[in-house]
Amino acid sequence: MEPVEIQAIMEAIIYVAEDPVKPEQFREIFPEESKDILDQALKTMVESFNARPGGMMIREVAGGYRMTTRPEHHERIRTYLKTRPSAKLSMAALETLAVIAYKQPVTLAEILAIRGKKSSTALQTLLERKLVAIVGRKAVVGRPILYGTSKEFLIHFGLNSLSDLPTLEEFSQIAGEQL
Amino acid sequence: MENGDNPNVEEFQETAGESSITIRLESFEGPLDLLLHLIKKEEIDIWNIPIAGITEQYLEYLDIMKELNINVAGEWLMMAATLIYIKSKMLVPQEKKPDEQQEEEDPRTELVYQLLEHQKFKNAAEMLYTREEVENSVWSKPPDDALEDGNEVVAVTLFDLLSAFREVVKRFEEQRVMELEQEEVTIEQKIEDIRRRFLVHDKLLFSSFLLEARTRRHLVVTFLALLELVRLREIGLYQKKAFDEIQISKLKETA
Repeated sequence: MEPVEIQAIMEAIIYVAEDPVKPEQFREIFPEESKDILDQALKTMVESFNARPGGMMIREVAGGYRMTTRPEHHERIRTYLKTRPSAKLSMAALETLAVIAYKQPVTLAEILAIRGKKSSTALQTLLERKLVAIVGRKAVVGRPILYGTSKEFLIHFGLNSLSDLPTLEEFSQIAGEQL
Repeated sequence: MENGDNPNVEEFQETAGESSITIRLESFEGPLDLLLHLIKKEEIDIWNIPIAGITEQYLEYLDIMKELNINVAGEWLMMAATLIYIKSKMLVPQEKKPDEQQEEEDPRTELVYQLLEHQKFKNAAEMLYTREEVENSVWSKPPDDALEDGNEVVAVTLFDLLSAFREVVKRFEEQRVMELEQEEVTIEQKIEDIRRRFLVHDKLLFSSFLLEARTRRHLVVTFLALLELVRLREIGLYQKKAFDEIQISKLKETA
């Protein structure tokens, strides 16, 4: 198939997809094409798509590609949709989530030790919103549940992978400057 | 604000008769947050915390919370005990042998590291908050639920509220108004009263409500009524910057 046609189909699939489309999914759709050709087509398509000054962009999120509107247009889009910014997470939930993201897999007791307060309600919220998942049990007495972040977490915060997060050392530097 | 609902007042019950209101603190900040708040507010050097002063202020906040019937969980009392323990250790003169190289460890060290660690994760949470902001500004197909409830995040912490409350109480006690009037305002009446004010105004100062109170009980009722309206998302609390005056703004049309 002509590369231009492959690119056009890829663009269309990313448009209709509900979840970010992973490169390996394109390999299933184009079984006759080599991995190199598909990777190259994807790269070219995303670059040229994002180079045009349109209202949409293609972003790498949670290991896949996703088409979204551009953040700078949010006000007018919201006027059209007649919505207000959606319910955000509380600081308590965000702090708990930060501990889980950086210390995973982590138990509730370990979260408590860092936050210095009970966090079960915040954790419940995070589980309900599927930002956090149970990833196993710790091999210690009582076998406490271990928690980790989910794919939904990456999508919610626009991250391609956990390594996109700034390191904890960066935050400890800031903390030192603040206090 | 579990589930993103705002003011963090997780439980707010009023039983008939005696207005015994319990606020559970879990979704509010914890003892470490209060200490960080005090340290920043007083511009204290974290490596040299005046432990006696901080302990005193910490206990004062605990008293206010008790007065407001905020359910003070065990970790608050644990921290109080820790502070008192550190204070007592610092009072004990340390025997210092002149040639001994080994220095006694500062009893505050562990707490300082705990505070720094906590601040680190607070910063990480801020980063997540910012990222969430950005992500809330883009749409993908299928469009996000059109029926999201619009609530704003409070940039005001519980301690800001408590310290505003505390200042008014102080002023109040200085004035020593005689508590002759026996008008018993209920929280419901107060809520209606506040709602009426917001029919006319979009924004008011938090302190302006408290300053009107003529009795201590009235003050507490006003404070709790404001918290309840925050919980119902009828009003939102804002500060232009940290420790600034707390502003109240109307969030939705009140009936």
